[in-house]
Amino acid sequence: MWLEKLPEHKTELIDSKGVRADGRKLDQLRPIKLEVGILDKADGSAYIEQGKNKILVAVYGPREAHPKHIALPDRAVIRCRYHMAPFSVDERKNPAPSRREHELSKVIRESLEPVVLTDLYPRTVIDLFVEILQSDGGSRCAGITGASLALADAGIPMRELVAACAIGKIEGKLALDLSDSEDKYGEADLPVAYVPNANLVTLLQMDGELTIEEFNKGLEMAVEACKTIHTMQREALKKKFREIKESVIEKEETEVVA
Amino acid sequence: MEANQVVAPGELLADGDHILGENAYRIGTQIFSACVGLLEIDGNRVLVVPFKGGYLPHEGDLVVGRIIDIGLSGWSIDILAPYQSMLPASETPGSRGPRRRDLSEILEVGDMVLAQVLAFDRTRDPLLTIKGPGLGKISNGRVVQIAAAKIPRLIGRKGSMISMLKRETGCQITVGQNGIALVWGKSPEAEELAVEAIYMIEREAHTRGLTDRIREMIAKNNVVGEVAGT
Amino acid sequence: MSATPQLPPVAKLEQKTIVDMISRGKRIDDRGIENYRTITIEAGLIEKANGSAEVHLGKSRVLVGVKVQTGPPFPDTPDEGVLTVNAELVPLASPSFEAGPPSEEAIELARVVDRGIRESKAVDVKSLVLEKGKKVQVVYVDVYVLDHDGNLIDAAAMAALTALINAKVPKMEMKGDEVIVKSSHHPLPLNNYPVAVTFAKVNGTILVDPSLEEEQVMNARLTVTIDKNGRICAMQKGGQYGFTVEELKRAVGVAVQKAAENRTKILAVAKG
Repeated sequence: MWLEKLPEHKTELIDSKGVRADGRKLDQLRPIKLEVGILDKADGSAYIEQGKNKILVAVYGPREAHPKHIALPDRAVIRCRYHMAPFSVDERKNPAPSRREHELSKVIRESLEPVVLTDLYPRTVIDLFVEILQSDGGSRCAGITGASLALADAGIPMRELVAACAIGKIEGKLALDLSDSEDKYGEADLPVAYVPNANLVTLLQMDGELTIEEFNKGLEMAVEACKTIHTMQREALKKKFREIKESVIEKEETEVVA
Repeated sequence: MEANQVVAPGELLADGDHILGENAYRIGTQIFSACVGLLEIDGNRVLVVPFKGGYLPHEGDLVVGRIIDIGLSGWSIDILAPYQSMLPASETPGSRGPRRRDLSEILEVGDMVLAQVLAFDRTRDPLLTIKGPGLGKISNGRVVQIAAAKIPRLIGRKGSMISMLKRETGCQITVGQNGIALVWGKSPEAEELAVEAIYMIEREAHTRGLTDRIREMIAKNNVVGEVAGT
Repeated sequence: MSATPQLPPVAKLEQKTIVDMISRGKRIDDRGIENYRTITIEAGLIEKANGSAEVHLGKSRVLVGVKVQTGPPFPDTPDEGVLTVNAELVPLASPSFEAGPPSEEAIELARVVDRGIRESKAVDVKSLVLEKGKKVQVVYVDVYVLDHDGNLIDAAAMAALTALINAKVPKMEMKGDEVIVKSSHHPLPLNNYPVAVTFAKVNGTILVDPSLEEEQVMNARLTVTIDKNGRICAMQKGGQYGFTVEELKRAVGVAVQKAAENRTKILAVAKG
């Protein structure tokens, strides 16, 4: 049985009251913090914290394609790099890109391709850099959530923001937004990226063991969580500009009074 | 949706018989935003004015560019677009047939020019010209770079903002559609003021009453007699 | 870095033909929407490998070799053997494959096949330990693509499973610090038989087992790996578009059925 390989000092993932090791309920997201436009040189940027995940995403582009031969005649090429900082995980990670980072770079790019209006910029490149500063499970999903914000911040036209969240199975129960230890000791992990208006799943991966019923229910849970995260993304984007607008109105009002 | 609201990509802006404007897209009768920006309704046209965004060339645009390379028949120019643009030797004033002089005698790498976009489409890079009144090498003035998306606000409706700015600071200001403004004034203080005003416009472009606030800011910082050339 | 791939030069007219036919429920090779191409499996063709199998899926050909050697276990699993899957898209298999380090396509292929085997616990890694914490058996599964006519994932997964079932490993024991290899052979300890089923979405229609031409016009791809108990052990969405929730649920149902059919074929060849 899967659970037999847990080390002796492991605590329960879920206690008798249905509360997880970090105090959450099964269908509860970790706390999420979103900031937009925090880097100076990048055309667009975003910072996301989700639980202990700390992820910085930057966008450069659309810009000239170098080398020229990677360009496509009728649309922009999207280039994506998912990379983990050596100090982001418990065991120091070698900075050279691993096979996992190659795969995640691909699936993250493919999760955003459906929404970016690349037709508007033929023969150019849009570069997307997802840097994992600290990783604690679900980093590819948080990376996608942040990447959508960075692309929007850069002013690159998009159909919609893409939100992402993973569900998993721990101790036989479906749980939302697994942390790293829950993923390690759990029985399944299912990351999902979702576009609400179009009702489209643009990232879907799974490893572990799920019955069809568990998959169906889990997918629905993940989609609902994505909708919640999507609302947070919109707020984060508008917040920065609303703040400038409000500070200006405030200034006007104080001057009038004076 | 009400105009002047901050909108995000994917938000529904209008439903019904409207004309689709920039930075928005349509599915059926519904129009959605494609950018973060301000919703603008211009008659029946629904569009979004983005807060940020690079410059996409259009034929006829006035642009400020920097020479980055000299080729056999012209110059490569960086106009801050995702495409390198080309100024052919034949598009310089007084050119008639193949030139015998070295192109670098006319324009060197590093020079700045005010040019016009002659041609641009999806299959080829922008083609520029400096044949035309006021176009050509820029020899003096300060270069101010702002987001291309804010240039319309810097110019203002029927040029109202830029005219006010020139008048109140006494500076000459040339605005390129690609996000670069050139400022030169009778004194460094005047230029400084104009530059500060331009950055303030960029920052607060999406707020109301901006023209008045800019005029007030300039008036406050203007030392009478020193700036407006009196 | 992962970049939007260059498109193969498929004429727009050909693309249109394929897409039009599919919207009428027909495919250019006359198959049904949910039918696989002809599958032939051959096992044991590389004698120097512990196990091997070649799968022909339509015109695609994938050869998998399994080699079992010894090595140290991973530090966090001292009581388990090691399983590692690698894939090579060798240049002779397709005009679009180049020599050099593995492309993202090759890496994804290897990792998806690996996931199916690993997550279903197909290989009983606990039985591969020679000396806990020091020496274990390492099972190398090497996927070698010989001809690319689409759906390399399913062909590779089938060949990998067949090769694992077909494998014969000499008995190994520790004597002090040395590994002694005995002459008797036995099969790898296997607990499960995962089978991958790949779908392509073309203009809203979901096809099973896309051929290369269908892959070139598809919007998105979905692989579902099902184990012998009808449970999902791996999934991977690929491509530049997406699936609706309803499409995903439906595909999973079809995958269970198709996986069972193909599993029968694999077991017949591997054990026969």
